[in-house]
Amino acid sequence: MIDDLYQEVILDHGKRPRNFGPMENPTLHAEGFNPLCGDRLTLELKLDGNIVKDARFKGAGCAISVASASLMTETLKGKTREEAEKLFEKFHQMLTTDAAPGDLGKLTVFSGVKEFPARVKCATLAWHTLRAALHNANEKVSTE
Amino acid sequence: MTTAAGFDVAAIRKDFPILHQTVHGHPLVYLDNAASSQKPKQVIDAISRFYSSDYSNIHRGVHQLSERSTRHYEETRIKLQRFLNASDAREIIFVRGTTEAINLVAQTWGRTNLKPGDNIVITELEHHSNIVPWQMLCESTGAKLEVAPIDDTGELRMAEFERRLNARTKLVAVAHISNVLGTVLPIKEIAELAHSASARLLVDGAQAAPHMPVDVRHLDCDFYAFSSHKIFGPTGIGVLYGKAALLDAMPPYQGGGDMIQSVTFDKTTYNTLPYKFEAGTPDIAGVIGLGAAIDYVNELGINTIASYESELLTYASRALEQEPCIRIIGTAKHKAAVISFVVDGVHPHDVGTILDHQGIAVRTGHHCAQPLMERFGVPATTRASLAFYNTREEIDALIAGLRTVKELFA
Repeated sequence: MIDDLYQEVILDHGKRPRNFGPMENPTLHAEGFNPLCGDRLTLELKLDGNIVKDARFKGAGCAISVASASLMTETLKGKTREEAEKLFEKFHQMLTTDAAPGDLGKLTVFSGVKEFPARVKCATLAWHTLRAALHNANEKVSTE
Repeated sequence: MTTAAGFDVAAIRKDFPILHQTVHGHPLVYLDNAASSQKPKQVIDAISRFYSSDYSNIHRGVHQLSERSTRHYEETRIKLQRFLNASDAREIIFVRGTTEAINLVAQTWGRTNLKPGDNIVITELEHHSNIVPWQMLCESTGAKLEVAPIDDTGELRMAEFERRLNARTKLVAVAHISNVLGTVLPIKEIAELAHSASARLLVDGAQAAPHMPVDVRHLDCDFYAFSSHKIFGPTGIGVLYGKAALLDAMPPYQGGGDMIQSVTFDKTTYNTLPYKFEAGTPDIAGVIGLGAAIDYVNELGINTIASYESELLTYASRALEQEPCIRIIGTAKHKAAVISFVVDGVHPHDVGTILDHQGIAVRTGHHCAQPLMERFGVPATTRASLAFYNTREEIDALIAGLRTVKELFA
């Protein structure tokens, strides 16, 4: 059902993304690109030691990709690098395997995306960009 | 039922088995014909019949099946010659599709004729397949790519185009119809301008051949390319038309069987046209299927198709214009039945997914024309592209679908 994909929370974050706009002096940043649809996203992170203090993003995309980036940045704040990595793994698993989604809190609103294979990359773009920022800082990542 | 004079859409739709199904519980509304069109049972049956009773390799055997296959294959070449009004069947080269046709010209004619400082003129509305092969050619020859701009309606700015032509222009490469905007380019006029600058003209006819009459002699283009799969034929096959004198002077594209006259380890002499450009066993069944598609289009009449689609375009454009929050991109005076649009505040991918859930197939994205998206300042569009089997009721379904999109995103 179309409502499983476009849940209220997703529509809300798609229209009014949180943590949207530039950040001063980010510790890490990365650019994500989905060559299939041309969507672009820049993610900026401020770290205090091992902990994500702030996360913001810029770019344009569909409701799914904007909402995903918005909810991701909300979730990341206060998490350690390792916790952020774990979230990436769980989120990816939820959308690409049949395994029961782990403890993802409000991110579980994206579980419906699995039924829309053409849209999985929209939901994971922000997360791939996060991983790029954490691993190879300042590099461009593509979903292809 | 919606019918232009003498055009029975309901009867025609019966020829297309794929159209009679439901998608997500709704009748399929297929509006993605510019990406690829559906196949009538006449085409499907011709391929099946060919494999069931006539199939063999061509141009080789002395046996009955090889003779039959060869005859069907070469008869199709003559069908294509007539379809394009070429003067000689040797001017019809079978390739994999429009993309391969353009690459063939770039790699053979282009490498032979372009020198550092020469230029190639294209337009802003080209598909990537009429941009990238020329960029590759420019890189390997030192030639330069010049891009003629379009205006806000999507029409080529002729004065700007003309300004880019000079003594170093060797080739002009343009689309006949834009796959995004639907703009029909004035090919005859472009040919005159190109030729008066002593340049050659290649036309990417992928969107035109299925929807309007094409007469290569009247247009006076030097090369014309199109794909079978967009003209209701099978995938994997396409046509390159070239003037015989040009093709004759060009080196072969690929080496192999069928393209040779004699081979020794010292020297190989190449076959004559068109075989010089058809190395290896071609997509024989693809050619047979394309032949059946051409028969089908001829039976309906390409002029009848064009006028029916033009009526449907007017109906669809008016309906979309009346919808608030929808903006059509591409409003050229001379337009084919391709409509790109944006819905305020909703990304095309979301539009596409929601329409799909109502059984409506449209294309969303950059349509392999990223420079054109940049020109109009949009990351992507939604595109409804029509064919003669589409109906007014299907346009109504599209409009209803778009209202659902707006409700969901209100």
